Amino acid sequence: MAKQYVNTTINGDNHELLCDPTQTLLDVLRDQLDMTGTKEGCGTGDCGACSVTMDGVLVCSCLVMGVEANGKKVETIEGMADGDDLHPLQQKFIEHIALQCGICTPGLLVASKALLEENPDPTEEEIRYWLAGNLCRCTGYHKIIEAVQDAAREMRGA
Amino acid sequence: MNCEATLTEMRYEAPETLDAAIGLIGAETGVAKVFAGGTDVLVQMHLDQIEPDLIVDVKNIAEMREVVEQDGSWRFGAAVTGKELMDNPEFNVAWPGVMDGVRLIGSVQVRGRATVGGNLCNASPAADSVPPMIAADAIASVVGPNGRREVPMAEIITGPRKTSLADGEIVVSFNLPKRPPNSGDAYLRFTPRTEMDIAVVGCGVNLTLDSDGTCTAARVALGAVADRPLLVEDAANALIGTKVDDDALEQLAVAASAACNPIDDKRGTIEYRTEVAGVLAQRATTKALERAKS
Repeated sequence: MAKQYVNTTINGDNHELLCDPTQTLLDVLRDQLDMTGTKEGCGTGDCGACSVTMDGVLVCSCLVMGVEANGKKVETIEGMADGDDLHPLQQKFIEHIALQCGICTPGLLVASKALLEENPDPTEEEIRYWLAGNLCRCTGYHKIIEAVQDAAREMRGA
Repeated sequence: MNCEATLTEMRYEAPETLDAAIGLIGAETGVAKVFAGGTDVLVQMHLDQIEPDLIVDVKNIAEMREVVEQDGSWRFGAAVTGKELMDNPEFNVAWPGVMDGVRLIGSVQVRGRATVGGNLCNASPAADSVPPMIAADAIASVVGPNGRREVPMAEIITGPRKTSLADGEIVVSFNLPKRPPNSGDAYLRFTPRTEMDIAVVGCGVNLTLDSDGTCTAARVALGAVADRPLLVEDAANALIGTKVDDDALEQLAVAASAACNPIDDKRGTIEYRTEVAGVLAQRATTKALERAKS
């Protein structure tokens, strides 16, 4: 089949694309739009490295077809900082050294942002359950949890 | 995904009516896959386990996306996501046991996409939403080239990756009957991890009590202990007519274990799964009982 026309909004910018139905949203972001902040880990929805939001819902972009983004609003890690001003979660990940190799970091940040939008004051347990779909093989998670808690405090103004 | 060389001819359609979807699938000479949340279909494509010629995305079909309550009974579309069910407070109050199962599917990311219809049609014996739906006496509304038929939930999965659906049939929606007062349901699964794992055993229980606490109706379903999720009538019969006391729970466990015909694998041995099924049935019953009394 010929490529299909896709009109989508990514981080507030309108994009008109031609997508092959075999392309995942992750493929479209990385290979077609050169937005390589979103990472591919497993490609099967187990690791969360490719987390983005689509119409506000946290998803694995490897488990979304590119053509499904038609008419949708996608938010990726590239939309998180405001120019040079890092999002509080990004700042706290640095301060708490919540990353080592960094491959899981974009997905964890996007997933954590989605959590705090739904629940501005999560318990440690709630953070751990929410982030269960984001694997990190370096940190042991503890510093990530601390960074999310600290960012949540700051964002609440507490 | 890394399978573009073999899949360059794949077509994607997103029809807005059931008739159009059935027509597209019926006209396809190659492999057609019904596509809702994609959390199984895209994984199978990524792993080169399937090579569809046609993807029929059913998310634009209204009946498949609705959650509707009418006079105490509920109908929800097979393409409603887990998250959408979780975000529906009334449904959570009405069917907490069904939601116990839905909440255990995958991760937050997966539940943002995955559907009960997909969980059923993927036909894993360990699918977490299926035993509580069987216990709930859910009826699947199935539409195909020869029209519509209503199929009890327990009769869809016939073995690992096998269903009783005929060629070209789609599971469209689920109907959950109105329950009498003093009813409760629950689903529990046993896994080594608390999240992101596949059931070693799962058990869904749905029961109703009369005004003096005697169990008047019960349904017990087990997952991951046979080639398909099981409705275990002997286990339900151990509860009916009792006050769900220790003796009844003991008989329930015996019946649940007796129904098991599991595989031996890294998650658990035959002996282990059989034992756990009895224990889990007791615990799920206790939880359903608490809900029936509250």
